[in-house]
Amino acid sequence: MVSSTTGFSSYFHFSQVNWANMWSATGETIWMTLFSLVLVGILGILLGLLLFETTGSTNIWARLLHGITALFVNVFRSVPFIILIVLLLPLTKGLVGTIIGPKAALPSLIISAAPFYARMVELAFHEIDHGVIEAAEAMGATRWQIIYKVLLPESSPALVSGITVTGISLIGFTAMAGVIGAGGLGNLAYLDGFQASNNTVTLVATIIILAVVFVCQTVGDLIVNKLDKRVAN
Amino acid sequence: MIEIKDVSKLYPGKQKTITAVKDVTLTINDGEIYGIVGYSGAGKSTLVRMLNGLENPTSGVVTINDTVMSELKGKPLREARQKMGMIFQYFNLLWSRTVLENVTFPLELVGMNKAQRVKKATKLIATVGLEGRENAYPSELSGGQQQRVAIARALANDPQILLSDEATSGLDPKTTDEVLDLLLKIKREMKITIVVITHEMHVIRKICDRMAVMDAGAVVEEGTVFDVFRHPKMEITRQFVSEEESPQMNDTTVVINELLAQVPTGKIVKLTFHGDQAKLPIISEMLRQFPNVDLNIVDGSIHQTQEGAIGTLYLQLLGDDAEVAGATDYLHKMRVVTEVIRGE
Repeated sequence: MVSSTTGFSSYFHFSQVNWANMWSATGETIWMTLFSLVLVGILGILLGLLLFETTGSTNIWARLLHGITALFVNVFRSVPFIILIVLLLPLTKGLVGTIIGPKAALPSLIISAAPFYARMVELAFHEIDHGVIEAAEAMGATRWQIIYKVLLPESSPALVSGITVTGISLIGFTAMAGVIGAGGLGNLAYLDGFQASNNTVTLVATIIILAVVFVCQTVGDLIVNKLDKRVAN
Repeated sequence: MIEIKDVSKLYPGKQKTITAVKDVTLTINDGEIYGIVGYSGAGKSTLVRMLNGLENPTSGVVTINDTVMSELKGKPLREARQKMGMIFQYFNLLWSRTVLENVTFPLELVGMNKAQRVKKATKLIATVGLEGRENAYPSELSGGQQQRVAIARALANDPQILLSDEATSGLDPKTTDEVLDLLLKIKREMKITIVVITHEMHVIRKICDRMAVMDAGAVVEEGTVFDVFRHPKMEITRQFVSEEESPQMNDTTVVINELLAQVPTGKIVKLTFHGDQAKLPIISEMLRQFPNVDLNIVDGSIHQTQEGAIGTLYLQLLGDDAEVAGATDYLHKMRVVTEVIRGE
């Protein structure tokens, strides 16, 4: 089979695409993204809550906790993802027993995205009118009641739009993780596309990733609109 | 009964300590509407927050029905707060909940079951005049309607005390009056004590029984609304009273100035009538006794307070000095408060 690896037409040799591999790689990308997104959501909300609740406290232990959490969040949010994967290889090996395949991507995906989401969660809580929290306190609400009856529902649109943005960057991260062996569309585009000089595979992988991102954004926007009751319809 | 005794609140700062409330002593009786008036920064919001323990006094004691509020912590404090409703300038409703869900919120906090919650909230929503809007979201309501929801929410746990922190300051005059009428109705029907914080004297006059004036953290004047309006002692109280007495004060000054220019003669006096005096034909009697005095009405107004009417009248008196002096003496004799704006 003669195939040109250069030129514009090299993008359109669809017969050279192994569709079975393509769909299984898509499945891996979606699985990595969703699995890590669930854990990032839970961890991010917990960390964000911790940051919010300890902000401006006069208690020495609360301040210490705030300092440690903020440091953790800032450090892991700042390390470039590709370096983080390499940095966490020993941890990954210890946690999931392997450093290749979709599972191996999870620890670094979660540790990288959770601090990112935690900051968005903290910001979302800070945007709630303080008067509403004061009103709940004046009604005799416990701290826990304020968290699940006021903070979470009142910030729900911001929490969902934050998780949408985080999910989209996670899709990007999975592609990067793919390059160093985590599987998924990034891995496929790199191995079967770039290294095999098959531009069509790269193009198809790109289009599928874009489609996944668009679906993610659209679903996120729909949920946000449904939740947001601040503007009269 | 609410007893505030020698209460001060200091906020230590890096530069200097701010005294928000200074040696305040007040007693608020059961079933009355007590008004605290002052300009912003006078310390009234801090004071009212010490009543439900959102703030604790630096020194002094706040006692509510023999319970010292600052000694309460945790569960007893929350239970005490559940027996106190509070409404705010910006309503502070939960936008993610419907009207009904906002009103059931405090009932959820105390663990009432759903059927009872809905039943009670529905009744309260009707009390505040919002039946039919149970499933609307706050963003679909006007400011006045939102404050009604907040009032229903504040009443949900059958409080003995309702705290109102500038609750009408964000509303237009007509809506303000509707909300004030609602508070009066609640006081009558539910027999609860209402503490009203405001910078609007109109609010005090319309609904309060007794009042205090706060300035720079201290209570500078206190008494029944009627007495304070009749005999304001401090300059700041006079400012508040005159703002309320004649919102067109500036217009009146303009009219007087025009009059002075047009008729450079005559004496201009301001008369204040209160209670039953407002019903007596004092002016016509004065004219009968001093028929050579000519009289010109510049401006006038009458206000209703909880204890009776207060009227204000600006007059230009023309005539020979002895007659005019006699006429003003007569007014003094009839115990009308007379203030000479311009002598001759």
